[in-house]
Amino acid sequence: MGAEQIRIISGRALPVRGEDMDTDRIMPARFLKSITFEGLGKHVFEDDRLEARRAGQLHPFDDPKYQGATILLANRNFGAGSSREHAPQGLNRWGIRAVIAESFAEIFFGNSLMMGLACVTASANDIETLMSLVERDPKATFTIDLAAGACLGPGITVPIAIPDHVRDTLTTGAWDTTGLLLDDYEQVNAVSARLPYLNGFSSSPR
Amino acid sequence: MGTTLLQKVWDLHKVRTLPTGPTQLFIGLHLIHEVTTPQAFDALRQRGWKVARPDRTFATVDHIVPTRQRQRPFLDVLAEDMIASLERNCRDFGIPLYDIGDERQGIVHVIGPELGLTQPGMTIACGDSHTSTHGAFGAVAFGIGTSQVRDVLASQCMALEPLKVRRIRVTGQLPRGVYAKDVILTIIQRLGVGGGNGYAYEYAGDTIDGMSMDERMTICNMSIEGGARVGYVNPDDTTFTYMEGRPFAPQGEAFERAKAWWRSMASDRDAAYDDDVEIRAQDLTPVVTWGVNPGQSVGVKERVPVPKGGDQQISDALTYMGLAAGQPIAGMKIDVAFIGSCTNGRLSDLREAARIVSGHHVANGVKALVVPGSAAVQKAAEREGLDETFRQAGFEWRDAGCSMCLGMNPDKLEGNQVCAASSNRNFKGRQGSPTGRTLLMSPAMVAAAAIAGVVTDVRELVEEIPVGVR
Repeated sequence: MGAEQIRIISGRALPVRGEDMDTDRIMPARFLKSITFEGLGKHVFEDDRLEARRAGQLHPFDDPKYQGATILLANRNFGAGSSREHAPQGLNRWGIRAVIAESFAEIFFGNSLMMGLACVTASANDIETLMSLVERDPKATFTIDLAAGACLGPGITVPIAIPDHVRDTLTTGAWDTTGLLLDDYEQVNAVSARLPYLNGFSSSPR
Repeated sequence: MGTTLLQKVWDLHKVRTLPTGPTQLFIGLHLIHEVTTPQAFDALRQRGWKVARPDRTFATVDHIVPTRQRQRPFLDVLAEDMIASLERNCRDFGIPLYDIGDERQGIVHVIGPELGLTQPGMTIACGDSHTSTHGAFGAVAFGIGTSQVRDVLASQCMALEPLKVRRIRVTGQLPRGVYAKDVILTIIQRLGVGGGNGYAYEYAGDTIDGMSMDERMTICNMSIEGGARVGYVNPDDTTFTYMEGRPFAPQGEAFERAKAWWRSMASDRDAAYDDDVEIRAQDLTPVVTWGVNPGQSVGVKERVPVPKGGDQQISDALTYMGLAAGQPIAGMKIDVAFIGSCTNGRLSDLREAARIVSGHHVANGVKALVVPGSAAVQKAAEREGLDETFRQAGFEWRDAGCSMCLGMNPDKLEGNQVCAASSNRNFKGRQGSPTGRTLLMSPAMVAAAAIAGVVTDVRELVEEIPVGVR
């Protein structure tokens, strides 16, 4: 316990356009072949970046104007697919501290929370506004205020949504869950003792 | 008002409401493998924690294992490092490990059911998104990330938010040549790859009732491809018949008591659902994906879409796949055929594919491989001579693992090869080549594509496909 309290996330932003962005794209499987998460930051979106370079373009994660950004702007169903925590780990290690998307895949959302990476949602229109703003002015800085439920930028305030318990978890620093789950182990043992399949199906709990 | 299976299992396993809001849920069975656990064990060591319930934790190796030349140390030093790490962790923390060479080794979602570890009414967790597979038995099974693996190792619990339940009723008889895989691909296509977000999917209706456990596992396996973290089927006689006699299933009188309890955990007839969806089985056809997510699919007789109003997502996917807008999917040339994975790597899948390739030969230039889902599936298939059937047809017959589903072992696509695959994901780069292309379909359709060298309607290749495969 005693994890960092996360209330405000400030910094520049970078947009990654596209719906249903899956975790295979965020972190290709070959980089999961390691017993640590170290070094994952440099492999974020590796194959998409390669594809962009081949097409004579720059992926936002390679574009010099977005280096140092801390807020990722994304579209619908970000983080779909595989449960690999290596995807949010990579983003976090690259320097991303918050993701604003229209929606998130559930496992990605939960994995991100476990490392204090804030995932917040905004409307499709607001995300388009933010993306366009950043593409015009990559130096623009933003402040995500979790308690106020808003993202403030130059001349703009966008409402953001985050489930109450997720906000509280981040702002109180309780996002490191293991200690919490170990807190009252008598109750855990009581549940184990009432489960028919752990007790020879000898008693019926219902 | 009755209660759903999800709610019954949730209530029974609930430890408490955490001060932060979520529910602390006891996890009855924790399955682990080599890829998503090393960092979790490290965290335990750093904090001096034990594994809370080594008696409810089971390990195997599947994601990175080679499917031939399995002598140790592996040629791939990173893979060797990961396996050695799991072996050390299991030894240090007292967890049973079904390692390379063990007859119980295999894809974690294939061996759990085979061994009878997976049972109705349980909560199950595993650091793999296809953990939803176990829902076929009426378990509530969660795919989790590595930090949650740490939580479950240390506490045998998880912090979770309640899920809504969407009942998907599939009714009527499946036409010949249409399989469980086509049912789930159709569901994902209709409800969307993000449509299940926040939901558990309860699969019901007489089509599901009539399915074997293997078929139900195929359906539940791909719940996550529809955005639903959890998918399940209510336990019934088919479930119990499958369970009976399995090594970890209750025996004798305990089995009779277990059946009564398992039955009581099924959703009540008058249970209320947050959403209801109906799918008519008789309208379904063999399905093939044309794009870069599992929702981008068409019937084998149909054409790939024409992007309307400059739909960027569709045109990007078509470009990546090398497809022209509006072209028929049938006739698309393939380079590789892959039969295997936790979706379709079980004995009945291999039997059906073998039946189709029998007496035929893989087309020139097509590399075809069969990777059984587990060592037990492999052994059973070999006992029936399926390996010979496949070899004679020009397929490679391999040892058990995840293999080319995600290309973390030497089985990878090369360049922009096109693969007809019985697996679950067609994401860009999924099969190990950054430019590789995947067409998802049933094992029977993969078999047909391997023989024809192009995407082919299996119903035309084999006239005598029985209605429904049981």
